[in-house]
Amino acid sequence: MHEMSLCESILQILEAESQKQNFSKVNLVRLEIGTLSHVEPEAMKFCFDAVTRGTLADSARLEIIEPPGQAWCMDCEKTVTIAKRYDACPDCEGHKLTVTAGEEMRIKDLEVV
Amino acid sequence: MCTVCGCSEGETRIEKGHHHHHHEHGHHHHDHSHDHDHGHDHSHEHHHHSHGDDMHYGKGAAGAHAPGLSQSRMVEIEQNILSKNDQYAAENRKRFKEQSILALNLVSSPGAGKTTLLVETLNALTGTVPLAVIEGDQETANDADRIRETGVRAIQVNTGKGCHLDAHMVGHAYDHLQVEAGGVLFIENVGNLVCPSGFDLGEAAKVVLLSVTEGEDKPLKYPDMFAASQIMILTKTDLAPYVDFDIEACIENARKINPEIEVIQLSSKSGDGMETWLDWIKGEVHARHVAHIEKLEAEIQRVRSAMSA
Repeated sequence: MHEMSLCESILQILEAESQKQNFSKVNLVRLEIGTLSHVEPEAMKFCFDAVTRGTLADSARLEIIEPPGQAWCMDCEKTVTIAKRYDACPDCEGHKLTVTAGEEMRIKDLEVV
Repeated sequence: MCTVCGCSEGETRIEKGHHHHHHEHGHHHHDHSHDHDHGHDHSHEHHHHSHGDDMHYGKGAAGAHAPGLSQSRMVEIEQNILSKNDQYAAENRKRFKEQSILALNLVSSPGAGKTTLLVETLNALTGTVPLAVIEGDQETANDADRIRETGVRAIQVNTGKGCHLDAHMVGHAYDHLQVEAGGVLFIENVGNLVCPSGFDLGEAAKVVLLSVTEGEDKPLKYPDMFAASQIMILTKTDLAPYVDFDIEACIENARKINPEIEVIQLSSKSGDGMETWLDWIKGEVHARHVAHIEKLEAEIQRVRSAMSA
């Protein structure tokens, strides 16, 4: 549901950057949306098209890179990969995990004119 | 358009005739500090025009793509999508800290008992510490009215189509409330167990409420909120004998998501467990008062030294 407001935030960042980095049109936006973030990439794409219509990013492509979830297991004392927040440690099957990666929600770079 | 909350102009309303100005004015703290001077003019080796069906040659600024003529370039951004909200949140947090205010962000599904718990909490704390409430709902000022009946100052923020409060709205509401130093600011978020998890408001802690009339698997179904919260309050425990809610399993589920989460069980109606919650608040307030005194004493010391110098 809040993908709409995230896309509005992206558009605002694009508009601010267009002044700073001197471009008038965005052809491609690359995002990093971690698999543990609270964002649904498909919903993001849908909202992005709606939000950018008639703006400097009209018809821009949206590429989403999805960094995997990683967590520090306090019992195993090492970093493990998890697919979901409630996953157990794949080695010890414990839940003493602190998420260390996969929560990213960033604009990485743009292709602009 | 307010691009922090994403709502269209005029949809967000803050009570008392204050209209949410969807503005660019005033907030001069947005200049993010990183420097983009380095190497962004690299030409289009990066030209991503090899995407099969997904070509956009005709959609450039020039309306056409001339072979050999480079239209586009890559620019690095490396910016958090929520950076703007996070800047507002940092600003709020700084203001709360300066005035030693404990700000708590209450989140839950609709109907878990946020407002009822708040009313009972305010009744118990009135007279011991300055209190104020920011109420978030899509529509109506009903909750702020309920709060004001306790004698505590409250301001209603209507998010319109928005599904969550954001730091920008909270900063505005706070301007109108003027909470006294050393007090507690309760922020009752929009009833929604999904979206508010991603939006930092500058609070000291997110407090997630879950009533025993819901399911014990809610922490697993809505993990983001339980991961973002420091405390889980199980509410309506007076109804526990009448419902199939496994409290132990619920706590276990919450700790699968967030091993550090503190759990308080209470009933706003019967008062069972309220002491634990109130003691927790008092402990947090006390810690802030101690820090505040230390800060003032350091300031006094500084002025005394300046006098005697």
